[in-house]
Amino acid sequence: MTMVEPTPVVRAPSRRRILRRLRRNSMAMTGGVIVIIAVLAALLAPIIAPYPFDATDFTAPAPQPPSLEHWLGTDELGRDQLSRVLYGLRASLSVGVLTVLLAVLLGVPLGLLAGFYGWLDPFVSRLTDLLLAFPFLILAVSLAVILGPSLFTAVIAIAIGAQVPGMIRITRGETLRLRDMDFVAAAIAGGARDGVLLRRHILPNSVNAIMVQATVYVPAAIIGEAVLSFLGLGIRPPTPSLGVLLASAQPFYRQAPWLAVFPGLVIVALTLALNLFGDGMRDALDPRQVDT
Amino acid sequence: MTPTLLEVSGLSVRFHTEDGPLLAVDAASFTITDGEVVALVGESGCGKSVTAMALTGLLPRNADVEGSVRFAGRELTNESHRRLVSIRGRDIAYVFQEPMSSLNPVLTVGRQIGEVLRRHQNASRAAAERRARDLLVLVGIPEPARRLREYPHQLSGGMRQRVMIAMALACRPRLLVADEPTTALDVTIQAGILDLLRSASAETGASVLLITHDLGVVADIADRVVVMYAGRTVEESTVDNLFAAPSHPYTRGLLGAVPNPARRASGGLREIPGLVPVLRSAVDACTFADRCPSADDQCRTHRPESRPGPAGHPVACWHPATDDVRAEAHD
Repeated sequence: MTMVEPTPVVRAPSRRRILRRLRRNSMAMTGGVIVIIAVLAALLAPIIAPYPFDATDFTAPAPQPPSLEHWLGTDELGRDQLSRVLYGLRASLSVGVLTVLLAVLLGVPLGLLAGFYGWLDPFVSRLTDLLLAFPFLILAVSLAVILGPSLFTAVIAIAIGAQVPGMIRITRGETLRLRDMDFVAAAIAGGARDGVLLRRHILPNSVNAIMVQATVYVPAAIIGEAVLSFLGLGIRPPTPSLGVLLASAQPFYRQAPWLAVFPGLVIVALTLALNLFGDGMRDALDPRQVDT
Repeated sequence: MTPTLLEVSGLSVRFHTEDGPLLAVDAASFTITDGEVVALVGESGCGKSVTAMALTGLLPRNADVEGSVRFAGRELTNESHRRLVSIRGRDIAYVFQEPMSSLNPVLTVGRQIGEVLRRHQNASRAAAERRARDLLVLVGIPEPARRLREYPHQLSGGMRQRVMIAMALACRPRLLVADEPTTALDVTIQAGILDLLRSASAETGASVLLITHDLGVVADIADRVVVMYAGRTVEESTVDNLFAAPSHPYTRGLLGAVPNPARRASGGLREIPGLVPVLRSAVDACTFADRCPSADDQCRTHRPESRPGPAGHPVACWHPATDDVRAEAHD
């Protein structure tokens, strides 16, 4: 018997294809461009910043409003705000990326194991509950007491207190869902061992959910860092971060609104851009997505 | 006589559920010889799939398996989990009902077939790819080189089932268990898949255990038939013999429920009244008694053991039918 079966015209999503899909998505591209600019600006801060972040200029009474010399004005100590925003971006992005990295490295394996091995689940899940129930700021204060306030203290506090448990839950949920899928049953019947099931079948199918979560977590970590720095538990002045800048602008928001506006705008733009880019990535990576 | 490949005897599977125990398979027994296509038929819920899964320990943890499964001289019910894992896919391979969801959506067809080869035969990546291509040719997929690089969603249901069969045949298993392989497919595709199972088994020498509720499928490709009812194997016979002289009333009921143009005048389809009972424990009675037209007190108080019936093949019934239905169908 001859079989007449439809021949779909779709081809495999190669790397080039993923890029092309991403390029067609204008929202994602806008987000991507903003993220890239932000990353470049953060990396190149020492080169492109017009002044050192701690250089003071008292030629005019501080804080100076925006001018040709100081595009974003100066703060109450006469330090160039543009330079401080650039350096602050550097610190904030580092916190965002490192936190999510830590959350993925700890949360994803734990979530996979908890979802896959039922006997492990109660332990991991109770640990997640414990971490989520633990007041975040108390955890951060205790960590700051033990480790001293720094960028890494902020990273660890945000990761452990909020993002590792979230990652565990997301990954565990995906694992539970995928474990009962027909293709996993078929792989088991084909003699796949647990390691293969987790690595080849469950993890790759969870990547979308994990990535979407990660793109939400980067801006969340940036804001978390702002909170901790504001309370003196994260990055310490004079080193700027976007959170430190916002915090130190707070007493002057009437005389010098630009001090709060620009770091705030950067946080908003960066958060929005990361979210747009994350959504675009998710769509582009989906092999079920058909190009039109 | 060809040697026995698989001998299942007294296989019972009991599930421990929240509502108490559930007896899914009750002392099922049958054999498969080398190169043979055996159909396991019965209504939904008869324990066909559970029996097949029990062969290589694929049942969930809450299942208790008793009895014996001898495969190529080895007792599988005593094997360690490790050994069973290495038997799956290599010696005993499975094809499931749902081709649409049985392939991993994020791996290409080539990778998925190759994975089985690399796992069981330590094939190199290049060798696995070559072999995967040959397998696609074997299962009749056009443009194999292109298909290897495609993802499952780019294939139709029939083609996905062919890929599943290719994966199952990858390591030249001695037994291919096909669990309702055509149920989810269009009728036009079904015949092609059945032909493929038959020819692939002939080509690779694999025996096939075909699980189905479709007697048309049975007549198409099986050599022998095992009829299951409520977890018990009630009749075992060659296909010709079964269609000619079904001895168990349940088998006769199944045959009566198959559309047959010759019988249209005499009242069309006959259904079997009632439902398959859900058993909590083994009962000392015929489980079909409540639905059986010829049941009597003996049927309700004593369990019929399998013994050669009037047509010569084993049947578990106190009152096996003796007449030849072929004559009836031709009237």
